[in-house]
This record gives sequence, C-alpha cells and structure tokens, in this order.
Amino acid sequence: MTTQEIQQGIIEDFSILDGDLEMTLNYLMELGEEIQLIDEDLKTDDRLVKGCQSKVWLECKKIGEIYKFYGDSNTSITKGLLSILIRIFDEKSQEEIVNTSLFFIERIGLNRFIGTQRSNGLQSMEKKFKLLALKN
Amino acid sequence: MTNFNIESVREDFPILKSQVNNHKLVYFDNAATTQKPLRVIEAISDYYKTYNANIHRGIHTLAEKATEEFENTRKTIKNYIGATSEKEIIFTRGTTEGINLIASSLGKKYFKPGDEIIISEMEHHSNIVPWQMIAEEKNLKLKIINVNSYGELDLNHFRKIITEKTKLVSIVYISNALGTINPVEEIIEICSDNNILSLIDGAQASAHSDIDVQKMNCDFFVFSAHKMYGPTGVGVVYGKEKILEEMPPYMGGGEMIQDVSFEKTTYNDLPHKFEAGTPNIGDVVGFKEAINYINNLGKKNIQAYEEKLMSYAKKELEKVEGIKIIGTSDKKIGIFSFVSENMHYYDIGLLLDAKGIAVRTGHHCTQPLMEKFNVEGTARMSLALYNTTDEIDYFLNTLSNILSR
Repeated sequence: MTTQEIQQGIIEDFSILDGDLEMTLNYLMELGEEIQLIDEDLKTDDRLVKGCQSKVWLECKKIGEIYKFYGDSNTSITKGLLSILIRIFDEKSQEEIVNTSLFFIERIGLNRFIGTQRSNGLQSMEKKFKLLALKN
Repeated sequence: MTNFNIESVREDFPILKSQVNNHKLVYFDNAATTQKPLRVIEAISDYYKTYNANIHRGIHTLAEKATEEFENTRKTIKNYIGATSEKEIIFTRGTTEGINLIASSLGKKYFKPGDEIIISEMEHHSNIVPWQMIAEEKNLKLKIINVNSYGELDLNHFRKIITEKTKLVSIVYISNALGTINPVEEIIEICSDNNILSLIDGAQASAHSDIDVQKMNCDFFVFSAHKMYGPTGVGVVYGKEKILEEMPPYMGGGEMIQDVSFEKTTYNDLPHKFEAGTPNIGDVVGFKEAINYINNLGKKNIQAYEEKLMSYAKKELEKVEGIKIIGTSDKKIGIFSFVSENMHYYDIGLLLDAKGIAVRTGHHCTQPLMEKFNVEGTARMSLALYNTTDEIDYFLNTLSNILSR
C-alpha cells in the first residue's frame, strides 16, 4: 500500500468515531499499545524528537531499500499519534517517505483535538521520519 | 455570608455557561488566569464604545473622561493594597514586566558587583530569569532558599544565606505550582532588620489573600489583573515612594518625561516616570471593575467560601488512589498539583478536557521546583470563587475513572 492509501484507511477508521474527542483519545491510546516498540536501551537522548512537549523516541533500520521504524513515548496519546505515523511511513522507500505529505490529520479533524502546540510536535515527528530516511 | 451567593456569583461570569466538548465547562485553571465577570467585560467595551481617547495632556472631553477613569483605577488599586499614595502605583503589562522593571531599574544604579540577591526554589521563571539576567550583567550573586518536602520555604536556610552583601530578596507570596502560602511578613521583617530590599510576587495572592502593603512593610509588591478576575495585559508595581523616587526610569519615551531637548531630558514625577508610552487604557479601566467586584463580594466572604472549597478538594483528592499530591503544606490555597504513577499528566489533562474539565499540565514555569520534587511536571487543578463542590465531585469522579482505565 502507498502512504496515500494508508492515510485513506486511517481516515476511514477515524470516521466511525464521528469527531467525539473522548472516543478519539481512547482510540489513539489503543493504537499506542500496538506501536512497533523501540528497544528500551535505544531510548537515548539522540533519538528524542525535538519540539514535542512529551518525550518521543524514534529509531529506524534500513533493510535493503526500505526503512523500518520503531518508537515510543512517555505519554499514551502521543504514543498513539506516533504509532499512526509509523504505520504510514513503515517499510517505504526513502523517496516515498520524503515525498509524503500528511493529509490525514486535517481530514480526521485531529488538528482540532491536538491543538497548535501539539501540531508543532506532530510536525517535528514528521520531520524526524524524513530526516532519518535521508540520513540512513 | 450576606453578599456571597454562589448561584448569583456564577451568573456574573458568562463563560461558565459554556459547553466544552459537549460537556458543561468546569474551569479549574484559575492559577493560570481567572475568568472575567460581565461588569469587567462591559467596562472595557464601554470605554471603546463611548470614550476611547489617549490619556493625559488631552484638553478635549473624551481625553478628560479617559484620564479620569484611568486614574480612578489607580486610586482603587491604592486602596485595595493599602498603599500610602497613588504615586506608588505603577501600571505594567503584568507581574513579569513588573519584576523586570524593578530588576532593570535597580540594576542601573543600586546594585554593585558582588552584591547578592536571594530568591527561592519555588519561584516562577519570571522571578528567576530577570535576576539571572541582571546578575550576569552586573556580576551579582544569586542565592536560593531551599524548599522542604512539604513545599514550604526553609526560613532557617534563608537566615543562613543572608550576608552583608545581600541587597534584595524576591519571594513569591503564594506558589503558583504548589499553592503554598509563604510567611511573607516574617521574611520581610528579616529583610527590614538587615537593611535588605524586599519584593513580593503577589500574582497568585492578589485575588485570594488580604493585601496590605503597609502592614506587610514590603518595599515592592507586584501582581497581575488577569489572575484576579481582571483583563490580561495589565499589572501593577507597588513600590515605596522614597525608593521609587531614587530609581531611574525603566523605559524612555512619551509620558515619562518633563522636558526633552537634545542636550538634556528631565523625567516626569511618580508614577508617570515609569510609564513610558500610551498604556493599556481599556484594560486598566476594566481592572477597576474587577477590584470593585471583589470588594462588593467582600474579601472575607470570598476567603471563607474558598477555604471551604479548598478543604473539601484537599480531603477528597487525598482519597483518590494512585496519585501523589505535590505541595502538602498546611498553609495553602486551592491549588493542587499532582502526578500519577500509571499515567502521564499530559494524558490526564487531555482526558479531563474531553469531559469539559480545564486543568493545566506541565512544569507551570517552575522547572527548578519540579526538579526538586523529581517530576517533569504535574497536572494542576486550581480553584476560584465561582467553583463549586459539585464541580469538584465531577472532577474527582472523572479523574478516578481515567486513572482506573
């Protein structure tokens, strides 16, 4: 599936929640439980995403031409957001990762829920995925 | 409690009727800013609708009326805090600007290299950073009073760190992160005995505590309108007249001058010497109504009601399993910082918001204090005169449900 198609799927998943904040937060926390978890000993400061209010770690491994991502956060809701981003960017090529624009956030109205401060955090996370793909 | 009826008090605050995320708003973020009663909102609106004009030096009717209303606020504040003269009341944008004004002005003449300034571990960043800046510039030493495990100042430590070089002590009256009420009168007395200037950060105290600057005998007292049911963007520096007279201006510009020539400029008298530029007239006018509102309800009535709320919240919050309250002094107001072992304060804050409850999460601009308590931040619920025990019950039930997920 392309990053476009994955985002379409996420939009459909969230549409069931009908914009209810509480259900959305609960769903995000559930998604956080399914994250591709980074090894505990890899949670070092250099893997922290700068610009997030909560702690977010992200690590990538290059396998052939594709990238596998692993992450974690000290807050459950952010962990859920991170797990969605991992679902989108995981096992994609450098070109596709760098050229992906994230349209699902606005479409599911997540920007309303996460507020401007946290949107900046989300942008920082997106940037980290792309930087990791470019550097490795 | 003749003048204090909680139902009618709540009617005075239009925002309390709001729905947030399909729930009735429960506003527990009062330590960050309080809501505004209608009379404050209307006073600001009335200024812009009917007599908006620049103040002082205007000869036309609107300017006269605007100046009168503006200066009436100064009088009201003078009486509210028990200052001796209106010359002692300087308008600022808020507490932060007030502390910066004092630090910067004293830094120009009063402080000498090697002098010492004392603050405490529980200060807001706005009572840390201005002193760090001036200390760096003037080669001063910043000393810090320890806080004990209950979140109280260690006065023995304070006495120990005073030297003959100590020139100023700047202390918060009530901690914004813990709610602790500090023994400011005792601190000021120690300062006074040792010929040290005292500055009290009254941002949290101004709405809740009795403020009498003459009785306290502090040299400076700073606070903000928006934490006492007034508008944002207005604050006050109180300073003893004889000290303010000796201090050089903070900013240069219009309003603060007597005569300007390229050879020599002379400064205006107090308080205008410290009020360069067109002030925030509309909000200053609104501020008066906030103080009138408090006075009409009666400080004693407000305190009695808030004390009841605080005791109830404290008793019930202590029963909630899985949380730790940070700041457990017996002398505190209705500010409760807490953390949970199982859930990050950030998640707690968002899940409460989904139920219409506004609390603050984070370090509350007190990072050194958070470090002291070994936390990065907390969830903080803070009460005001319009909150109710029903709201506290709803909050506690919601919190318990969130924590038991």
